[in-house]
Amino acid sequence: MTTSFLAVLHREFLLALRRKSDVLTVLFFFVIVTSLFPLAIGPEPRLLRTIGPGVLWVAALLSTLLGLHRLFADDLADGTLEQMALSPPAFVWLVGGKILMHWIVTGLPVVLLAPLLGLQYDLDTRSLGPLTLGLLLGTPLLSMIGAIGAALTLGLRGGGALLALLVLPLNIPALVFGAGAVEAQIAGLDYTGHLSLLAAMLVAAAFFAPLAVTAAIRIALE
Amino acid sequence: MNWQSPGEFFAMGGYALYVWGSVLACVVCVVGEVVLVRMRRRAILGQLRRQRLADRLELEEHAA
Amino acid sequence: MTTRLINWFKYSSPPSFYPLAGKLIPFFAVLAALLCIAGMWIGLFVAPTDAQQGEGYRIIFLHVPASWMSMFIYIVMAFWSAMALVFNTRLSSMMATALAPTGAMFAALSLITGSLWGKPMWGTWWVWDARLTSELILFFLYVGYLALNAAIDDPRRADKACAVLALVGVVNVPIIYFSVQWWNTLHQGASISMTRAPSMARTMLLGMLLMALTAWMYSIAVALYRVRAIMLERERHADWVGELAEVKA
Repeated sequence: MTTSFLAVLHREFLLALRRKSDVLTVLFFFVIVTSLFPLAIGPEPRLLRTIGPGVLWVAALLSTLLGLHRLFADDLADGTLEQMALSPPAFVWLVGGKILMHWIVTGLPVVLLAPLLGLQYDLDTRSLGPLTLGLLLGTPLLSMIGAIGAALTLGLRGGGALLALLVLPLNIPALVFGAGAVEAQIAGLDYTGHLSLLAAMLVAAAFFAPLAVTAAIRIALE
Repeated sequence: MNWQSPGEFFAMGGYALYVWGSVLACVVCVVGEVVLVRMRRRAILGQLRRQRLADRLELEEHAA
Repeated sequence: MTTRLINWFKYSSPPSFYPLAGKLIPFFAVLAALLCIAGMWIGLFVAPTDAQQGEGYRIIFLHVPASWMSMFIYIVMAFWSAMALVFNTRLSSMMATALAPTGAMFAALSLITGSLWGKPMWGTWWVWDARLTSELILFFLYVGYLALNAAIDDPRRADKACAVLALVGVVNVPIIYFSVQWWNTLHQGASISMTRAPSMARTMLLGMLLMALTAWMYSIAVALYRVRAIMLERERHADWVGELAEVKA
């Protein structure tokens, strides 16, 4: 089981390396979206500091969405997904491996970039801690919930927009607690509660999301 | 009974727009839904009847 | 023992459920109409004027039942979705699909009436309080369900995918509700709350209850009507459809 899991990770990593542009596109999308808000609202630092956490979280959410509909689509197109579904190692582990590597390649860079963009919003350096930690816990959560949406909308026309419609409402709790953690820190309150809740949701999703994803993929493959 | 006159009833203590607006919204939604669902049934029944007619005509053609 | 089991599953096949549903619809429709008259009578004529909100509070007789119904229907949809996945019965999915538009309608109605209630009370057409915001998210969940159903051409795949979506949704609804509650208390301060309803006179509660029952009976009637149409659409090539009186007419 672990060998197949590692094999999937390795494969996904190689595929991502070959399609570096996809990864970079998502990252630049994150940067561009965060730059849009000051342009639309005005550069006043106090205002930016207020909206900063929220904007960064929404931008992270939208960036994750961008990469999602290709999570399974390519493998569906060339038949690899069917092979994975039929192969002896539990499909759940293979799917888990795909989701994990997807996060490493699209979510983790967002986490690493967020503190820099936080500085763009004049966020205090102490706020960058809960921001980064929150995104570190939140982006895998977003990837997992997003994977459910990607699996449900496999091969459908209008896939990307439909995927967003399905996934965004489900991601609202992560958004509320993630942005809330930073805002709590700014207000001088304790933010560990928010992060614990995010961690709890992450653990719960790690248990249940792969099951939902494999069920949804099998439905799509029939 | 709360109302001294029909006028008072329709005025709803100044909140007429909001109370009657809500009633109107409910009526529109409910009537709309009923109308749409009846149209859906009529559409499928129409299709089924036409199909049955087409099948019967085809059979008669073959018999002839 | 076995005869009872057979009787239960007998109605899970479309040919036997179709006529049963047809007979039940008028019963529920009439019940809904009677309850509506009773509820609106109480709501408009019997329930006293509220001390704080004047006559404007009477919108709760429409708003609250709509909210309750939108949430209740989602749970029932999730139940039928679970049945569909566990027993693989077509009719269970058809029932879930039949309920979704009605649930979405009630969610939208809840938002509209909530807006009309909020404007005179708190001055704005939209209030980001916990309940209205949760209702908005529930509306999004309904729209997502309907969109997914429309996007998938194969009916069986649509059934199962929507079933999975409904179950994922129903699990998330408490989490979403909790997070929105928390978000609201953090940002709003104490003043604006639609949940702090006026201390209810008994007649007000009775009126709300009657209207809630109205909405329930109405939903059952409409859902049964819609599921009959769905059955005809999905089973159009089956023999039993060809034998129906309304098709032969």
